[in-house]
Amino acid sequence: MSDQTAAPDQENLGAMLARRGFGRRSLLKFAIVMTSSLALPPSLAPVMADNLAKAKRQSVIWLSFQECTGCLETLLRSSAPTIDSLIFDFISLDYQESLMASAGAAAEHTLRQAVAANKGEYLLAIDGSVPVKDGGVYSLTGGRSNVSMLEEFAGSAKAILAIGTCAAYGGIPKAHPNPTGAVGVEDIISGKPIVNIPGCPPVPEVLSGVLVYFVSFGKLPDLDDRKRPLAYFGTTIHDQCYRRPFYDQGKFAKSFDDEGARQGWCLFELGCKGPTTHNACASLKWNNGTSFPIESGHGCIGCSEPDFWDQGSFYTSLAGSSATGWRNAGIAAAVGLAGGAAAALSARSKTPTIPEDKS
Amino acid sequence: MTLLAFARGPAMQAATLIMIAGMFWRLAGILLLRRKTAHAAARTPFLLRLAGGAKTIVTRTVPRKNFWPRVASGVSLGWVLHIGLFVILFAGAPHILVIHQITGLSWPNLPKGVIVIASALTLAALVALLARRLTHPVLRLLSNTDDYLSWLLVFLPISTGILLSGETVAGYGTLLALHIFSVEALMIWLPFGKLMHVALVFAGRGMMGFNFARKGAAT
Repeated sequence: MSDQTAAPDQENLGAMLARRGFGRRSLLKFAIVMTSSLALPPSLAPVMADNLAKAKRQSVIWLSFQECTGCLETLLRSSAPTIDSLIFDFISLDYQESLMASAGAAAEHTLRQAVAANKGEYLLAIDGSVPVKDGGVYSLTGGRSNVSMLEEFAGSAKAILAIGTCAAYGGIPKAHPNPTGAVGVEDIISGKPIVNIPGCPPVPEVLSGVLVYFVSFGKLPDLDDRKRPLAYFGTTIHDQCYRRPFYDQGKFAKSFDDEGARQGWCLFELGCKGPTTHNACASLKWNNGTSFPIESGHGCIGCSEPDFWDQGSFYTSLAGSSATGWRNAGIAAAVGLAGGAAAALSARSKTPTIPEDKS
Repeated sequence: MTLLAFARGPAMQAATLIMIAGMFWRLAGILLLRRKTAHAAARTPFLLRLAGGAKTIVTRTVPRKNFWPRVASGVSLGWVLHIGLFVILFAGAPHILVIHQITGLSWPNLPKGVIVIASALTLAALVALLARRLTHPVLRLLSNTDDYLSWLLVFLPISTGILLSGETVAGYGTLLALHIFSVEALMIWLPFGKLMHVALVFAGRGMMGFNFARKGAAT
């Protein structure tokens, strides 16, 4: 964490890694992993390694809005000290309220200084949704609303990283009845490159992948229609899931402790939202690649998708529906019976008797 | 609200209520129609009349031997279509889940591959039946908008179901939403067209057999 603005004469990443005992071979290995992770051609790995070695510190200004700090916690505790984490060390995190030592007026001063020193060059990282109801009074920093800060600091940013589902789509604060009028960053900012990295919390390696790509090539990676890095969000959890063969075989766990669950069968019937959820959990996994929720025996809750909190129970399968209740069905049947009876009686009144056949 | 949430939520509720109200409307309308009074004494006791009704439900499912050469193709395709629909609806895991959610009843499902094969055969039978309807001179004259609309509304859920099982043309969520919408269209139309035979076919045959038995005719 740096409390200072980036200076142009800072050492590059190659020098910093060398100082910490990582040679070019290590950087090349890391680049191979990253190109694979980003779905880039293997031939780009040496280019990425060279570019990374020459890269200067990238200024990042991180603003926390209506959030729970879970995203930041996850990113900080992402892994053991590898080159990956050194990438985080390497970026110049010029402002982050939860991590920085300064507070109050000093913090505000730091923010202004960082923005002025890196105007047009810094990445603006946002976690948390942006409340807009009642002038945005539901989340203030230093007396300023989140929406006001976002509009100001997005203006001179090179690009915006919306980290977590709240920043990307509004997330849990936006859930019904959304008392604060919470929205995602892209609902407010237009005309500025935005990368959504949804997840509650997001997979940390996705953020490092985006940062590495940006630092290496000076541009953002390819995005899908929801502004998510295509390399990480191009497929669904279901497509990557190791339990997928059981889905195709029609073998489903019926409860969390039945024989099917013990056999590791598909959790679709228990409400798994993997088929409709785009994320990299099943491939990158969590806790240094230990596992991901489905591997731990629980279905995916679809936390990286918009409005995931309002999609019904986590334990209702996608095949199910919020079907009408028996009471409404009874009312519909009664209405139908009454209508049909009225129609039949009307027809009877017009034909009081059925004439006998003359034949 | 996403497309899928709309399909699974308000759209499904509306379609269900329309289908229920429509079916009860039709049933009440038919049951309360004025009927001829039977003046002749019944030739068989009530239980035998009931048995005659039950027997006709079965016997009318297969054409008489002397008709078979003329109706073989149509009846065979109809069997494939209806058995296929039965397998898809009552042996496909997602469909059993929906039934379980509504009624609490559940039973083992067949593998997805089997359901896909059943769907493909059903779809092929549907296409063949349409071709027959379009090329058969009498059938073509007898056909109206109801026939073609009903055909389309059966075709769409099966075809979207096959696409959903493959998950190739679009994302699972989009395909699932389209599949559910197609089922909802079928549900809404069901009580008002010839698809109502779902509820009427056995009752109609049974009633006819019951009346035949009352007169002492063969069932």
